[in-house]
Parts: sequence; structure tokens; C-alpha cells
Amino acid sequence: MIAAPPDPMKSNDRNASAQMETQDAEYAIRTEQLNLWYGTFQALFDVNLNIRKGRITALIGPSGCGKSTYLRSINRINERLGYVRIQGRIRVMEQNIYDPAVELIQVRKQVGMVFQRPNPLPLSIRENILFGHRLHHRKIRRQQAEELVEESLRTVLLWDQVKDRLHRKATELSLEEQQKLCIARLLPVKPSVLLMDEPCSALDPKGTEAVEELIWELRGRYTILIVTHNMAQARRASEECVFMLMGKVVEHAETQTLFVTPRYKETADYIEGRYG
Amino acid sequence: MFEATARNRRAQRVQKLYAILFGLMTALLILPVLIILGTLIYKGGSMISIDFLFTEPTNGMTEGGIFPALLGTVWLVSVALLASVPLGVAAAIYLSEYAPDNWLTRAINLAIINLAGVPSIVHALFGVGAFVIFFGFGTSILAASLTLAIMTLPVVIVSTKESLQAVPQAFRVACWNMGATRWQTIRRVVLPNAVSGILTGIILEVSRTTGETAPIMFTGAVFFSPYLPQGIFDQTMALSLHLFVVTTQVPEVPEALPYGVALVLIFLVLLMNSLSIGFRMYLRGKKKW
Repeated sequence: MIAAPPDPMKSNDRNASAQMETQDAEYAIRTEQLNLWYGTFQALFDVNLNIRKGRITALIGPSGCGKSTYLRSINRINERLGYVRIQGRIRVMEQNIYDPAVELIQVRKQVGMVFQRPNPLPLSIRENILFGHRLHHRKIRRQQAEELVEESLRTVLLWDQVKDRLHRKATELSLEEQQKLCIARLLPVKPSVLLMDEPCSALDPKGTEAVEELIWELRGRYTILIVTHNMAQARRASEECVFMLMGKVVEHAETQTLFVTPRYKETADYIEGRYG
Repeated sequence: MFEATARNRRAQRVQKLYAILFGLMTALLILPVLIILGTLIYKGGSMISIDFLFTEPTNGMTEGGIFPALLGTVWLVSVALLASVPLGVAAAIYLSEYAPDNWLTRAINLAIINLAGVPSIVHALFGVGAFVIFFGFGTSILAASLTLAIMTLPVVIVSTKESLQAVPQAFRVACWNMGATRWQTIRRVVLPNAVSGILTGIILEVSRTTGETAPIMFTGAVFFSPYLPQGIFDQTMALSLHLFVVTTQVPEVPEALPYGVALVLIFLVLLMNSLSIGFRMYLRGKKKW
């Protein structure tokens, strides 16, 4: 057992407010006193976390520390498990997504998600891109569809590889290309936040590099939150880093700061590989 | 270093013995099928002709063809399908895609499996009570088909549910994460990928319905009818019942006649099954994930 870090919640706030003062930051996600239970098991404890708009934030921590759970509560995908209970608030673009008046469909449009295993739909590459748009719009003109497909695929650096086979099945692509496609198909519904749950862990080193490169490319245009087990990845591919332990946020800082001069012993132990 | 020891050799011998044993069991299993088919073709093959299929039985059912029975079976199966497919598929979609995982759902699933185990004669009596008498359909194609439908519903539900659940969960999650509702997910992703399995289940149900005798005996099928059925409120002859009748109830039937009827019946069923297999192969070839 590891003792609870010294008042991690308060120090986080101090951290965050320091950044806000110096850079006049805007937050895409504000989490206030978030507690989450799976049945009787409490997975998140009083999480207070502000995620800056347009930045890449990595969530690190040992297995079962609640980082994926936190990620999944930001687009409310946890809810399909009937035994999940949530307290607290998550504001996305200053609106509490757990407010009863909030339409789930709009939350999901605003907050896209990418999974560990690429999960393209068993449709053509083109239809995968247009799927989200077709869900939310009655019709799409051919011209507009072509533009949408090209723009989305260009954004994820996939256009040149697949432009001649848009009508082939998406499942024929390599895993790396599939993962890029899964990111691309979120874009037509115009999300502002992209959640990525270990997006590279099913890929080989080359694929990992390519997807990391893409994520870095998207910086500034989308607020990106990545859960990762890979310390090197967190260090390479993120601007801010959050360390979680046993359902609590221990430390939240600029990635360089967190890796070079961690504030807490738990963080230091984890990033040096003493547990995890 | 790599030579077989006595113990290795013994293990290999035992292994061969079991392979032979299991192979024999399989052969034993196929044997009855071959014997049945062989006997039917040998003894009843001579009966089969266009006339036999498309004329009415004559001379107290000892001569002539089987057209009214053949047509009646088509009627019964079609109407049963019209009732059981929409109901069964809808229920399966609900159970697989919407129902929460709680005791009620589990109880319903259990009830469906048990329904599949109810003897067909019990279904027949239920049909008499419910459709013939209570709903007042009388002995008619409608009553008989509904009885058949009730009997085959569990098969449709279970096979549909299995095909729906064979669609990877990742597809559903992907849809939900783009803001699709459950119905949009079902309509655009789940159903298109489950349709081959669903249709296979339905065709299998057809083949089973074709051969059933007990459920239609008291509810709509008759020994002999001089008229062809005109609508769902008519009574009708049916192949399976006709086979029973010419085998046991009518004196002085030529030996080949029942075999001929049986041959037509079994051919219909085999045709349905091969259709189902062919169709499944065709659709399997088309989908990839």
C-alpha cells in the first residue's frame, strides 16, 4: 500500500491556477469533485482536473489507477454499464455534461474517442469517414462528401496512402492505417476534444511512431487526452502530464517538469519504474 | 536422442486407437442417413414424376398424385413464416441489443429455451385451445400455421440472437462514440452484419416446419380434401400428414406410394437446408473483419 500523497488535490489546484495566471489559459475540460463507483468499488476519488484547450495531455499511472475510467467518463461511455454511479461534475466547454438537460448525442459529437484496438466499421474507407456525418445529417451532396473524405484523411496523414482505394474495406488496412482512420472518422462530426485510450498499444514501433506523429500534428486544433502505459510515449507525445494513483490525481504538470523534477515521491517512483 | 521409447510407442498406439474409435462413431452416424435416403430412392424413386407432383390423389388415395398436399405444405409454411419471423427477429433484437442484463431477461431467455423443448403434440393441443377454439379461427391454415409459428419461434429467436451477438462489440462501441443511438447502430451496423446468420436460422426453421405433423393434425390439416385451399381460413392437406395417412390409415395403398411421398418431403427439407448452407457460404465470403 502506498500512503495517500500529501493533499494531492489542493496542490493540483495550485498547479493549475499557476498556469492559468501566467498564460491566461482556457480549459476544455474542468472536472470538479468527480467520484465514480463500479457497483460498490470506488474507482475515482475527488478528481479535480482541468485540461487546457488545444493541448495534448497524457494520463499516466499503474494499471487500475482509474485513468481509463476517468477518460471514459468524459464522453459518458461508462454509462452503458448499468452499475456505474457518478458524483461530481465534468464541464466540457464550460457545460456540465452530467446535467440532466444535456443530450448524450451532443456530448458524443463534441468528445470523440479512439480505442486501444483500432475498430473501423466493416464498411469501405470512404463510408467509415462519412458514417458520423450520415448519423447526424439527413443528406450529403456528393461534392461535399468527397471534400469531407479528403479533408479528414489529409488531416490524419492518410490521404496519399489510401486515395486510390477509398472503396476498399477499411478492415483490409494495416493496424496503423486503421487507427489513423479511426481518428479521421471522428473529425467530420466536428469534435473539440479527442480522447485516446492507449491508442498505440496494438501497433508495432513504426506504427506507434506514425500515430504519435499524427497526434502531435493535431495539437492546437483539438484538445487531446491520451491514456498511456508507455512512459516514453507520454514524454515524447504530450505537453502536459497527469499522474494518477489508486483513483486519485497525484500530480499534474508540464510534461518536462513532471518527468525531470516530479513534486511527489510516488510520481518519481513510478516514472523511474519502481512500480507499475 | 530422438528415438521412440517403449512409452512413446505405447502412447502413439493408444492415440491411433482413439482416432479409429471416433472415426467409426462418425461413420455410424452417417449410416442411417444414407440408408434412409437409399431406401427411399430405391423404393419410391419410381413414383416421382411431374404427374405425381401436380395431380390430385384419386381412387381413395391409392392412386394419383400429391398436389393438394404439396400446395398445402407451402401454404402452411409460408403463413407460419409470416407470423414467426417478424415476431422472432424483433424479440431477438430486443433481447440482444436492448434488454438490460437482469433476472427478468435471464428468466425470459430460459423460458425461450424451455419453449423449444416442449413436445410438438403439446403445441398441437395449445393450438387447438388457443387458435381453433378461443380465437375462433376453426380448423384452418391460419390456426395450423400459428401453431407451427409458436413452435418454431424459439429456434428463430435463439438463432437470431446468436447471429446478433456474433457481431463484435467493438463495432457498437465505435458507433455509440460517434453519437449513434442504439437503433442507428442496429440498423446501420449490427443488422447488416448479422443478416446471413438470421436468414440461415429462418431457412432451418422452414425445413423443420415442413416436416412437422402433430401440430397441424388437429388445427388445420385434413386427411383428404377434394378442394385446393383458397385462403387462410380453409383447411388443407399437408405432405407430412398425407404420408402418415397413406402409410397407416388407407387400405391397399401400393407399396411405392408412401415412399414416393416421403421422398418428396425429405427432398424439400434437404433442398431448404442446402439453400441455407449455400446462402451462408455466399454471405460469409462477402464479409470480412
